[in-house]
Amino acid sequence: MEQVLNQNVIDAVDLKHKKHIKILIITGFVFLVYLIGSILHFDLPNLAKKWNKDRASMFMLDIYAHKDHIKMNWKDPQKIDLRFEGGHRHVYKDDPTWLIRNKNNQSTIVNFDNGGQFVFFPNRVEMRNFPNINEPFIFKLNKNGKPYVDGYVGKESMLPSWMRATENKVEVRPSLYERLQVYGSKVEVHRYELGWKYFWFDFDSPLVGKGFFDAISLMFNEDRVDPKISNFNLVVNEFLENEIWHHNTVLFAMVETLLMAILGTLIASMVGLPLAFLAAYNVTPLSSIRFFLRRLFDMLRGIDMLIWSLIFLRAFGPGLFTGIFAIAFTDTGTLGKLMSEAIENTDKKDKEGIQSTGANKVLQHRFGIIPQILPIFISQSLYYLESNTRAAVIIGAMGAGGIGLHFLGALMTGNDFENVAYMAILVLVAVMCIDTMSAKLRRLLIGIEDKK
Amino acid sequence: MYSDNILGFETIEKNLKAMAFKRLIYSFISILAILFLLSSGLTIAEENNAGSFQRGLSKFFDYPVDLFKEAFESGWRWYAYVFKYLPDLISTINMAFFSTLFGAIFALLLSLFASKNLIKNQYIVTLSRRTMDILRSFPELVIAMIFLYLMGKSELPAVIAIVIHTAGALGKLFSEAIENADNKPIEGLQSCGASWWQRVRFAVIPQVVPLFISYTLLRLEINVRASTILGFVGAGGIGEALSTVIQFRYGDEIIAIMFLLVITIISLDYFSRFLRGRLIGDNK
Repeated sequence: MEQVLNQNVIDAVDLKHKKHIKILIITGFVFLVYLIGSILHFDLPNLAKKWNKDRASMFMLDIYAHKDHIKMNWKDPQKIDLRFEGGHRHVYKDDPTWLIRNKNNQSTIVNFDNGGQFVFFPNRVEMRNFPNINEPFIFKLNKNGKPYVDGYVGKESMLPSWMRATENKVEVRPSLYERLQVYGSKVEVHRYELGWKYFWFDFDSPLVGKGFFDAISLMFNEDRVDPKISNFNLVVNEFLENEIWHHNTVLFAMVETLLMAILGTLIASMVGLPLAFLAAYNVTPLSSIRFFLRRLFDMLRGIDMLIWSLIFLRAFGPGLFTGIFAIAFTDTGTLGKLMSEAIENTDKKDKEGIQSTGANKVLQHRFGIIPQILPIFISQSLYYLESNTRAAVIIGAMGAGGIGLHFLGALMTGNDFENVAYMAILVLVAVMCIDTMSAKLRRLLIGIEDKK
Repeated sequence: MYSDNILGFETIEKNLKAMAFKRLIYSFISILAILFLLSSGLTIAEENNAGSFQRGLSKFFDYPVDLFKEAFESGWRWYAYVFKYLPDLISTINMAFFSTLFGAIFALLLSLFASKNLIKNQYIVTLSRRTMDILRSFPELVIAMIFLYLMGKSELPAVIAIVIHTAGALGKLFSEAIENADNKPIEGLQSCGASWWQRVRFAVIPQVVPLFISYTLLRLEINVRASTILGFVGAGGIGEALSTVIQFRYGDEIIAIMFLLVITIISLDYFSRFLRGRLIGDNK
């Protein structure tokens, strides 16, 4: 008897197991087919091809290096134009040490750290001493004013791979850090150096060339650099008014974004909590109010933050209000719904205990419900603060302003990648700070036991 | 702390009152801080906003009302617009679905290495946790915009951005779920001489799979919203359609797209809550 029963049970379990396996295999197969189909649809195998290699390498290079532009016009070879990143206003007044002007034969030498040289002559440009390049190359203009490589006319295919000669332009790039472009009208050399130069102070500043620690020590130095203002103010002003990095604009934009997130979450939680009480059945007996509030929460949440921000953008224009209200509206819905569920899930014994002492309704809710939901409320609000910091960046880029818009702008101009990287790092740091702070605050306010 | 083991009523009362007073002070300070933050923040907002708050408030309903008016004027044609943008919507949802699935696979791999009860090597655990932190920290939009710039306008950069963010966000939740799993089945299998993979397969996975699926569904919802926004900056789908019609000020079509989006988000919300309720068993 027992034997038979066992066999039956085993058979039943076996059958169920087989059924499970079957379902699992079928679902797995469906997902696999979908995955392969989608990989082909989104063109993942051609990832490498889609990559715009020139842009990507320029982007990477610009992030960790900066360049100086050295320009010579063929018409006026004595006037060498030196600019930082080719900026309109960033002209060097004094020659840097790597630029040598030779008065005797009217040549100008641009030295590179690896020993290589580009030498400008009134009628030609020479390339010398680059490592692993034995042959000196000479670039000239022909009678029609077109550039050519001396000795390679008609033999352009014999040129090394890092040199490209077309009818109107000769482009030379021995390595990533040196670049020469010869045109019919001018010659331009880009000289790359590692690091973010002028990050602290731009080069019109009296403090140019000072690093972070120099600046800090200068702040507390009594000898004034500028007799009119104190060193502390001078350092702060010069740092903020850096024309190349725009610290004041960028940092203020970052503050704006953080304000959007913090104020938006604050308003959402302050409005959401009372509404949540009204939407909970154990607080509000009127079902019509509850139904109305529930649908209101659904509406606020369902109309996405994107759509809210578009509507507010029309009303308030680009600025903080758009971001604050887009976040506040969406999260009033989310927090309201979450909290009303939490209120409904509270233990009613607490409330009954308070009621038995003869307390009125308000006191019952104050001491019977709020202590139970407060930890959930605080931790949820802090979670939303974290996610809203990211959301504020995104709303900003949609037009509400703040760091998001600056980021988009810097990316679209396409030549200030170091600013893009700077802002990306700033966003990363801000998000991480908010995350850490909210984790600390959560632990402080609701105790360790919440952290599993 | 006290020389007497038994505290008198007076001492207890005194301590209680002192504690209550301290709490009152703390609450008072935090409320003041919050009010200060709110007022100063709103002042800054008022000063730096393009338009003032009051003017904006009066104009708040203008835009939606205009849009709805236009939608009503277009009459029956409006329904055609809804169907016109359906393929875009499907492409956006597909983008979100695929990136969620792909991101969840990465998250699964990462979370296995970020769980203390599976990996004994502290360095591997810390390394994979930091990796997930960094993946999670960048907003999708930042990664997507950089990739869009470098790879040209297509759906692929958005997919990559969402996959990166999803891998980080889900990885953290997954590894927390694994660490919170009951240790007894693992120990039981270990006592029978089960290998690492057998322990994971028969003791950990059955415990965490419902949680994993529910987290992934939640993420899918978030990713549908995200892929709409990424479409707005050039990744295709309904977001791009919305940005186009907003530029051309086609009110009726804007309403049609917004309608599609809201319906999608709400139905996805209900659907995923229903599925999650069935999976975890506490249907709310």
